[in-house]
Amino acid sequence: MDPEGQVDTTTIEDAVGKFGGARDRLMDILQEIHRRLGCLEQQTISALSASLRIPSAEIEDAASFYSFFNRAPKGRFHIRLARTPVSLMKGADDVARAFVAATGAQIGGTSAEGDFSLDWAADLGMADQEPSALINGAPFPALAPSDVRTMVEELRRNRDTTNALPLFPGSDASGLKQSRIAINLLGPGPVLFGDKRSGDGLQKALRLSPEEIVKEIVKARLRGRGGAGFPTGLKWRLCRQAVAETRYVVCNADEGEPGTFKDRALLTLAPDLVLDGMTIAARALGARQGVIYLRAEYAYLEAALRNELDKRRNDGLLGANIGGVNDFDFDIRIQFGAGAYICGEESALLESLEGKRGAPRDRPPFPTDRGYLGYPTAVDNVETFACAAKVIERGAAWFCGFGTAESAGTKLLSISGDCPRPGVYELPFGTTLNELLDLVGASDARFVQVGGPSGQCVGAKDYGRRIAYEDLSTGGSIMVFSAQRDVIATALQFTEFFADESCGWCVPCRVGTTLLKQDLEKILRGRGTLADVRALESLARSVARTSRCGLGQSAPNPILGSMRNFPEAYEARLQEEEFLPRFSVLEASAEAKSIQEHGLLDVEER
Amino acid sequence: MSDQDFLITVDGMKVRAKRGQTIISACDAAGVYIPRLCHHPDLKPAGHCRLCSCYIDGRRASACTMPAAPGMVVVSNNEELNNDRRVVLDMLFVEGNHFCPTCEKSGDCELQALAYRLGITAPSLTYQWPKREIDASHPDVFIDRNTCVLCSRCIRASRDVDGKSIFGFSGRGLGMRLNIDSETKLSDTSFAAIDKAAKVCPVGCIVIKRTGYRTPIGRRHFDKAPIGTDIEACEVGDPE
Ligand SMILES: Cc1cc2nc3c(=O)[nH]c(=O)nc-3n(C[C@H](O)[C@H](O)[C@H](O)COP(=O)(O)O)c2cc1C
Ligand code: SF4
Ligand code: SF4
Ligand code: SF4
Ligand code: FES
Repeated sequence: MDPEGQVDTTTIEDAVGKFGGARDRLMDILQEIHRRLGCLEQQTISALSASLRIPSAEIEDAASFYSFFNRAPKGRFHIRLARTPVSLMKGADDVARAFVAATGAQIGGTSAEGDFSLDWAADLGMADQEPSALINGAPFPALAPSDVRTMVEELRRNRDTTNALPLFPGSDASGLKQSRIAINLLGPGPVLFGDKRSGDGLQKALRLSPEEIVKEIVKARLRGRGGAGFPTGLKWRLCRQAVAETRYVVCNADEGEPGTFKDRALLTLAPDLVLDGMTIAARALGARQGVIYLRAEYAYLEAALRNELDKRRNDGLLGANIGGVNDFDFDIRIQFGAGAYICGEESALLESLEGKRGAPRDRPPFPTDRGYLGYPTAVDNVETFACAAKVIERGAAWFCGFGTAESAGTKLLSISGDCPRPGVYELPFGTTLNELLDLVGASDARFVQVGGPSGQCVGAKDYGRRIAYEDLSTGGSIMVFSAQRDVIATALQFTEFFADESCGWCVPCRVGTTLLKQDLEKILRGRGTLADVRALESLARSVARTSRCGLGQSAPNPILGSMRNFPEAYEARLQEEEFLPRFSVLEASAEAKSIQEHGLLDVEER
Repeated sequence: MSDQDFLITVDGMKVRAKRGQTIISACDAAGVYIPRLCHHPDLKPAGHCRLCSCYIDGRRASACTMPAAPGMVVVSNNEELNNDRRVVLDMLFVEGNHFCPTCEKSGDCELQALAYRLGITAPSLTYQWPKREIDASHPDVFIDRNTCVLCSRCIRASRDVDGKSIFGFSGRGLGMRLNIDSETKLSDTSFAAIDKAAKVCPVGCIVIKRTGYRTPIGRRHFDKAPIGTDIEACEVGDPE
């Protein structure tokens, strides 16, 4: 909006025109407008509704869902600080205070002169380099409170006025040295980072029939690397067998599970392998269009990925008649998310791709039957595509030479937390937690969170367990917590994450995640009784049983896991009374006193 | 029984189903009641409330969205399932602001009736006391979001039956609200009291003006018999 309160119709028309006015490209249109105007205000939505000729309620339904869409003007620089158990252990609170002091903005607010807005954000995908922040989309890892003042001064001098939020997205903010993000590939393994060759997989695939490709993937016993571990060959076969005019290949690069950053490593260091895998899948399925759904937090990868796609088009590896094969036409576009963990769930991802709020779909039908725009779609994780390319390049037998009976190959792990060598490690399936902790140099781990908040909390007595689908399954997030960390406080932070990220579609998760958070808070504050712990456990189980999708079904895991592994941590906080109210009357009275200068009269504790 | 029909088992009873039918619609046709709130027979299923969550071939799933298939075994009525239903209902009571004694819908309200049927006397979860907007701008319809359970019946009805898309959601998680297709108020839209969307609300959120308390409390649908007794009248919505 310009100062007179007029809607910037040119920007809106440009954005609509750029995407052909297509309803299903609403996310792109909103992102384009957001990039130019810095926010999506009510008037903008109304004007867009008129231009697209769809009800504003439908646009609002989508726009209001995503946390990266600002709904009111922000400062010229929007600073989002990661607030996660790992960032907090590395001092995110101190960095936040330094930003507050240097910018004059409060967390959740904007500085008076309009230069800076500060917000907490969920995991930004830099858990090995915390505390981290995104500033207008550019990454700032490994921040120290002492860096902050110079950074802020440098930004203040930036007078770029081409966009409301300069640098966003895709910019690497190269003027600032902090903005260059390191990839700590500390443990390159034999499958994904074994040799530098690439393109061979695709060349081989072109000599195979689609059915032969699927057979090879089945033979390799490749299973999905995104967390659920569904057999990839079977998924491709189901998708291939579904009767339809066309099919889609979607690469899930949402990487939203806190503590995961291995897909970022793959997309940066081996994008050709991922794109080979997608193209091989397209050949196997008969798909003509592929999409990479990239989380908004990784917008800074856009330029490099686009280069990679252009290079492939020039080399005849994307476009018409790929590799000289008649009628093998395939291209890939990048679609950004906008800050919603749930959009990593494959059906929510498809909704988002279609320009809607990221609410999961009911199944059946499964995406392999009716996915993107109603067509059969294979949604696979970034790493799964990379593995598929390697399977075709080196053969199923070679691939099965790594790993265990039920888990063939290697797994990329993102390891963070209390350890001297956090980073990305490619390890064969079957590696024990003990071996892994030795690798990262963690000597006093109290517990390890395997698979992120939605995964499992594993205590020291179980460090002999293995990373494998048949034992400890993980999408790649491993967070190490040392003896000094508070188990219940950590469980609370994870539970808060789920409450913030619940899509709201179904009751048990929408309401239940907040109730779980409040009830755990009560125990953490030393106001819980045995009855409270029992009620909390029972509520957690109801939420897990009744929730509609994986988010709500696993949201109680941090609570249930910490109760199982560390009952003594809960016991230590319990009060002996049969019942205690959530608040203390004395504390409330003291607070009232501080506000109105006199308290409630004659109150006694409880 | 036509060639297309097949049998499923629900709580040990044989229930006849047709291809394309969901579990809940097959059960309704057979007179077997599965608790539900967001489901409405005239609208596409949406799976919001989870009250119809059952064990279907051993796995939890919502009966209103699951297509029936030959030989399916459904467990709908056991202590665990009914306890989970009470928890979900309890959540709905503490999520909104429900004051039954003064609510126009009392006695015709599906949420209230479900609570009675499942034996909830008072909520045991923590009240959230949310701030919810009301909209009295429309000449014929009053919107009181305090009781909205976000079941999307009005959204689906307006979009799919009335062809208007007057309603939608805004926000996410606990901050989700019913949103109206206008910059300010309902009276700016083409909403009409004869719309399907005006007749499907299970609670006291969408109320037709000048019809209040026409049927005295005590003589309303669920004052006469618990919800689910007569499945035809299960979704009352229509405030005649
Ligand atoms: C709440 C939730 C979040 C998810 N986030 C991701 C994600 O960020 N990346 C991913 O690859 N899979 C994610 N998944 C799993 C996907 O739904 C899906 O199983 C996966 O993309 C399939 O690919 P794969 O078979 O290659 O693993 C998530 C699932 C849930 C329930
Ligand atoms: S479980 Fe949570 S995230 Fe999944 S549909 Fe329900 S509200 Fe949405
Ligand atoms: S909507 Fe139903 S439950 Fe809510 S106050 Fe009214 S009668 Fe009671
Ligand atoms: S207004 Fe009524 S019908 Fe619409 S979502 Fe709310 S409770 Fe459901
Ligand atoms: S009736 Fe099935 S989820 Fe609501």
